[in-house]
Formats: sequence, structure tokens, C-alpha cells
Amino acid sequence: MAGINKSTLARKFAMALSGLFLVLFLLQHFTINFTSVVSPSTFNEISHFMGNNFVVQAILQPILIAGVVFHFVMGFVLEIKNNKARKIKYDKFNGAANSTWMSRNMIISGIVVLAFLGLHFYDFWIPEMIHKYVESHPDDPTRYYDETIAKFTGDPIRTGLYAFSFIFLMLHLLHGFASSFQSLGTKNKYQEGLGGYKSGTSRFIRKFTTAYAVVIPMGFVFIALYHYFNNL
Amino acid sequence: MKLKLKIWRQEDASAKGGFQNYDVDGIDGDMSFLEMLDVVNNDLINEGEEPIEFDHDCREGICGSCSLQINGEPHGPDRLVTTCQLHMRKFNDGDEIVIEPFRATAFPVIKDLVIDRSSFDRIQHAGGYISVNTSGNTQDANSIPIEKENADDAFYAATCIGCGACVAACKNASAMLFTSAKVSQFALLPQGEIEAHERVLNMVHQMDKEGFGNCTNTGACEIECPKGISLENIARMNREYLGASVAG
Repeated sequence: MAGINKSTLARKFAMALSGLFLVLFLLQHFTINFTSVVSPSTFNEISHFMGNNFVVQAILQPILIAGVVFHFVMGFVLEIKNNKARKIKYDKFNGAANSTWMSRNMIISGIVVLAFLGLHFYDFWIPEMIHKYVESHPDDPTRYYDETIAKFTGDPIRTGLYAFSFIFLMLHLLHGFASSFQSLGTKNKYQEGLGGYKSGTSRFIRKFTTAYAVVIPMGFVFIALYHYFNNL
Repeated sequence: MKLKLKIWRQEDASAKGGFQNYDVDGIDGDMSFLEMLDVVNNDLINEGEEPIEFDHDCREGICGSCSLQINGEPHGPDRLVTTCQLHMRKFNDGDEIVIEPFRATAFPVIKDLVIDRSSFDRIQHAGGYISVNTSGNTQDANSIPIEKENADDAFYAATCIGCGACVAACKNASAMLFTSAKVSQFALLPQGEIEAHERVLNMVHQMDKEGFGNCTNTGACEIECPKGISLENIARMNREYLGASVAG
């Protein structure tokens, strides 16, 4: 394993694995949030479980936070290193001729998502920690749905910010999700190249990652808009 | 055809350099891009000025010497061609063309449009070869059966001419496509299996040491590569590297 920790390829593997981990988390978060649209009582039940289960709180939550911190810190590290690899910039660089906006601007979409995480922590995670561990309120399994929709009720700016952020998450995932498969060395959408798809796996990964990158973030946008318009 | 050229001029490696504008007339659409530069240089020489330095050798897309960033793209706007194969009919009368050297910290400018690509040579030296017994008892390569698909992929990888367009096109100045092609051309063949682990570890290590950037899978390298080297080679190198690292 000598040298793997310092190499560019090791950084690719690390970014890919942490990204895939966050993609999995996103699916779980979306599934829970979506229950708030179809069944408030189910949403309360699951939220109560997630907020009070020892394994979730003491083990999974720290792992998740570590994964998020690692992913964005490594993202900034890569950006700095990559800037050093071309100290003198081009006068004219036509990136649009050979690559997508999403692939060239992961740092921008990533920063928007990171800023959103700050807002999201301010809205939900910090009040939850204060509620449970600072003010030590008595256990109330029915409060989660009301607390959630209260954030969007009569607040078009917050709702708009959530929608805007999830559009950038979609852009981030449209490149990042498929890219992680390439980094791990699997066949993927990037192998369509000039000669067309080489395998069914490539075709499947391209379609699956694109569908995921659109459906999940747009699903989050739907949930925010649903609660906003449902409570006008 | 009349053209306005904005060309990078730099006295030597330590000089600052900057753009100079040139107006050129009488360019035929059937000329190659390098022939157009020859016309400019003839004019400069006739006027007693120093001609523009640029790399070229075979002028038929084989040697990989001619490497110019033309209007923001390596080898210009055409696909699957080198600068010497780029025809002037790809441009319109009155166009402004910006011509720069390939930019990367690992490709320092020597003079004007000429860059030092010896970092690629050092990556090759680090493992881009197979050790062959040349005592006279060497087995004829043609006698070793190789799966058609592997033979084809190894051949396609070996068509990389090392021009550096992949590095120039990449927003991170990454050399992953070049290095992966040179790893793949041996990794797919039985002759290359013996040194496979050592090869990929050493070549990636050298690539990092040269100061190339990290690959972020934009795919620009494959699109701009004059030989159409596939990103599949990068995925293969990633697998090879992971396997070699785990095996120690």
C-alpha cells in the first residue's frame, strides 16, 4: 500500500468513495422526508426513531459528518492542487467545446451545497441538538412534522433557497455520481467516447446515475414547495 | 483569406512573455495551420524580425511535436487531428485566432510556442517498457495467442503520440490519459503482465512528481486527443493501481 495515501489516484478513490457514501445518505434522507408529504404520522415516527436511536445518533451521525467534512475538505485540497498544476492560465480556454459545465465547475456547485448545509444545520440540526441536549425538553414524538413545515410556512425566501440549492446539488450529482464509478475503475458513461458504448454496464450506469441525479434533488425541491404552498 | 493572429511570444524560459498581434493575408483554405505559420514567419524574416518558434517534425500527425492551443483548444477546433493536420478552411476570412503554447506547470515554455514535454519522457522511463530477453532465445511475439479485444485495445492505447493535448485540454492539467494509455498498452498484453504492478505504481508516482494535476473526469482529454485515446484507459489504470497497491 506504500504511496497510495499521497497519490492523485488515492485522492480520486477517496473522493469517489466518500461521494458514493453521501449519495446513499441522500437517498435515505429523501425517503424519510418524502413521508412528510404522504403521511405526517409516519414522518414523526421515523424522525423520532432517527433522533433517539443510539446507533444512529452515536455511531452513524458522526460517520456521516466525518464523510461530509472529508468530501468538501478534499474538494478544496484538489482545487488548490489543480490550480498549482497550471500556474499561468490560458488567455482563451474553450472548455465548453469538450466538457460539460457541471464537470468543470464541481467546486462552484459544491460550495453552493456546502452553504446550503450551513443553512440546513441552522434550521434543523442545531435547534434539534439544543432541544435535546441543552434545554433537555421532555420527549415528544409528535413534534417533528410541525417543526419541519413551520420552517417553510410563509417563508418564500427560505423555500427558494432550498430549491436553488437542490438545483446545484443536481448539477453536482450529474457529474459526480457517474464520475465516482470512473474513478473506481468500473465501466461507466465515460466509456461511450468516440466509439460508442462498449458495454451494457456503461449504458446502465449512465442512465441510473443521471436519473438519480435528477429525481432525488428535484424530489427535495418538490417537498419544500409542497409544504410552502400547502400552508399558504 | 485575411486573418488577425494573436500569438504568444516569449524570449526564453525565464522571460515573462506576452501576446503580439499579426495581420496575415493570402492564406489559402487548403493550407495546414503550420503552413499558415510558415507564411507568417517568412514575412517576419523578410522584415528582419525574429520568426515565431513552434515545434513540428513529421507534419502528418504521427510525431506529436506540433502542439498549439488554438482558440482555446489543443490542436484547434477540428477533431482527431494534430495541429499539422488542421486545415485553414476551418477558419473564416477575418477571424481572430489566439495561439498559445500548451499551459501546464509540468510543460514549461522554452521559447514562444515551444514547450518542454520531457516530463512525459520521464513518466515513460519510470515504467513504460517491458524487459525483454535479447539473448537470441526470445519468443516471437506473434506466436503468443492474444484475445482479439485485448490486442485491439492495446493497439489503440499504443497509438498515443504523447503530444500533450490531454494535459492542455484538462482544466486541471492532468496527465492521466497519457499515463493510462502507456500503462494500458502493456497491461493488456501477456508480455506486460510480469512488470504490471511495478509499472503502474512507478508511472503514477512519476506523474505526480512532475506536478500534473488531479483527474476530475471532465472527459476533455478524450475529446481533444488527436488519436481518440479512450477514457477507458484511465479506468483501467485506476483498477491496475488499486490492485497493485493492495498487492504491495
